[in-house]
Amino acid sequence: MALSRRNFLKGAAAGGAVAASAAAPAAARENKTLPPKAVGLLYDSTICVGCKACVKACRDANDTQVEFNTAEPLWDTPLDISGHTITVIKLYAEGTADHKDQERNGFAFIKKSCMHCVDPSCVSVCPVTAMTKHPETGIVSYEPGDCIGCRYCVASCPFGVPQFQYDTAFPKIVKCQLCKHRQVDGKLPACAEVCPTGATLFGPVVALREEADRRRALPPGQPTTFSRKTVGSADTHEKAVARYVPHTYGVSEMGGTQMLLLAGVPFDKLGYPALRERSYAAEAETLQGGIYTGMVAPIALLAGLLFVAHRNTKHDADKPGADGED
Amino acid sequence: MKIAPLGGPLITKTTVTAAILTVLMAGLILYRFVFGLGAVTNLNNGYPFGLWIVYDLVIGTAFACGGYGMALLVYVLNKGEYHALVRPALLASMFGYTLGGVSVIFDIGRWWNAWHIITPGWANPTSVMFEVGACITLYCLVMWIEFTPAFLEKWAPPKSRKALGKVMYVFIALGVLLPTMHQSSLGTLLVPFGFRLHPLWQTHLLPPLFLISALCMGYAMVVFEATLVSKAYRRPSEADLLARLSKYISGLLVAYLALRWGGLAVEGKLALAFDSGGLSTMFLFENLLFALPILLLSSDKGRRNPQTLFIAAVCMLLAGSLYRLDAFLLATDRPGWHYFPAIGEILVSVGIVAVEVLAYVVFVKMLPVLEVADEGGPVLHTVKRADLAATTQE
Repeated sequence: MALSRRNFLKGAAAGGAVAASAAAPAAARENKTLPPKAVGLLYDSTICVGCKACVKACRDANDTQVEFNTAEPLWDTPLDISGHTITVIKLYAEGTADHKDQERNGFAFIKKSCMHCVDPSCVSVCPVTAMTKHPETGIVSYEPGDCIGCRYCVASCPFGVPQFQYDTAFPKIVKCQLCKHRQVDGKLPACAEVCPTGATLFGPVVALREEADRRRALPPGQPTTFSRKTVGSADTHEKAVARYVPHTYGVSEMGGTQMLLLAGVPFDKLGYPALRERSYAAEAETLQGGIYTGMVAPIALLAGLLFVAHRNTKHDADKPGADGED
Repeated sequence: MKIAPLGGPLITKTTVTAAILTVLMAGLILYRFVFGLGAVTNLNNGYPFGLWIVYDLVIGTAFACGGYGMALLVYVLNKGEYHALVRPALLASMFGYTLGGVSVIFDIGRWWNAWHIITPGWANPTSVMFEVGACITLYCLVMWIEFTPAFLEKWAPPKSRKALGKVMYVFIALGVLLPTMHQSSLGTLLVPFGFRLHPLWQTHLLPPLFLISALCMGYAMVVFEATLVSKAYRRPSEADLLARLSKYISGLLVAYLALRWGGLAVEGKLALAFDSGGLSTMFLFENLLFALPILLLSSDKGRRNPQTLFIAAVCMLLAGSLYRLDAFLLATDRPGWHYFPAIGEILVSVGIVAVEVLAYVVFVKMLPVLEVADEGGPVLHTVKRADLAATTQE
């Protein structure tokens, strides 16, 4: 009797294993692709003058409070994006910091805000669908009414973008939503609208990529026109082309982003790490999906467990004096 | 020999201390709910998961895998002789998980929306956090149902027990399935951390490594608690049962180490184990703690010595805890950010353990949880020859 039960158990275990392995080779979840009407920003570090008009405009447009980090609280001094700051302009400085857009003895400005990933981790990991990606514009939005404040998006974003508010009883996640509330009224994202040099440029991602390619293809020093506000706008100014690093950040990183960056200093020096093309969202969903596709494996395991538990508890209850769980 | 309440006074040094720590925790939690997480914790946007998640939830629920481990052994592998260990293990697990779940409410920022995670329309199946959240919630419920017979034996007519007994196998099966799911998912949770988690820990073997180490910790907790309980209440030791249990534990430890090192070899990361500076030290220390119990429990003498057994259990608890601490905090790289728990944060975690101790003591004294002798004599575990022969052959 004991022996046959043992054999049965082995059979049940083998059955479970077969069911699990049948579910395992489920198709890998590929990177998501750029939505048809995807919009985004192109930030060109080489034409940014560090005026921070974008930071101020962002505050006004999104109603965020100023942050003081100096001894005298006289002017807005956010050190980085935070629970109260959606975008900042940072300064890279090395050695004597004499030359703009130069890695050695140079300096450069860099914008930090949400990258609006093509395949965002935050959307994939949010347990309650508070982070969503618009199917057409690709704007990654946050809905506080849905959010439970678990901060998995904060922990999982490869760019360290979503920011949680630790200083209030009713906290929210704060991140750039590309001024979607302004776009409804036909307005531009505030940062692009106010940028005096067009360093932050709004437009369709495809057009922004083409513009980035155009700039990088020009010989350094050659005068060229730069649009302000939106890509291809008539509001232009002329300036000599800087020496770009040969890469547009955001074309391939994590499957691509809708915010693109150009710079004269390597991106990892500006706080933008080198990232592979396969998104973490795709990797995690492939792994989790391999285990849970169609719930086949868990259901098979449950069926086996029900059978075995039923048999084994019945046996317990039949024994005189045994107390079982009944 | 039967399972019965231990009786005895409820107000003791232990319970009073635990009650004081509980009140302190309650005050801190109230403060957190009024002034925000930053008022009590050192959490920040570089380290959004701190002590409450890593200790109370991730490590805490692994400690609470004793119920899972014993259910697996008794009801699935049909080792009925371990039955005496089931109910105390289940009780500890029930508290461990329930309080782990409660501590999540303290930790999440928008706790009033917590129900979204198990509500269609909100629940997001691509999220590992959803799987963990929903699964742990369900498992807490299942454990309270599994424990219901203890309440019924004390207060309800036998008929009600019989009805529940007929469907209990469903909850037992769920009680094995659910921890298998979420304990492995707690590992998968780290996959989206990507490059921020050191490659020694970032692997696709995270789910099985978390699952196996959770089972090790669960069994170790059964040994740990059985030893403490037999000392505290001057009950006869369950060394005989524990000695045989430790054979299964050794098997799990070997499986864990094989997977851990085999995985690194296949992924070509073996060199990292030795040239990653401080993290190599942590990694090797972790593995040493997993390996040591195998050595301690390798001889029959070691397995039958309650002291050796206890040391082995402590090693395993530390090993699994350190693995989780490294993976969730120490081996994650967040440039420019630092995290060390605040005093208030630590006191809340201490308070949660105090609640567990308090509730456990009250429950075993008032409800039929532990096995006591019929006439107050020692409990002797009679083991059938056939069972013994079977276990020695394995």
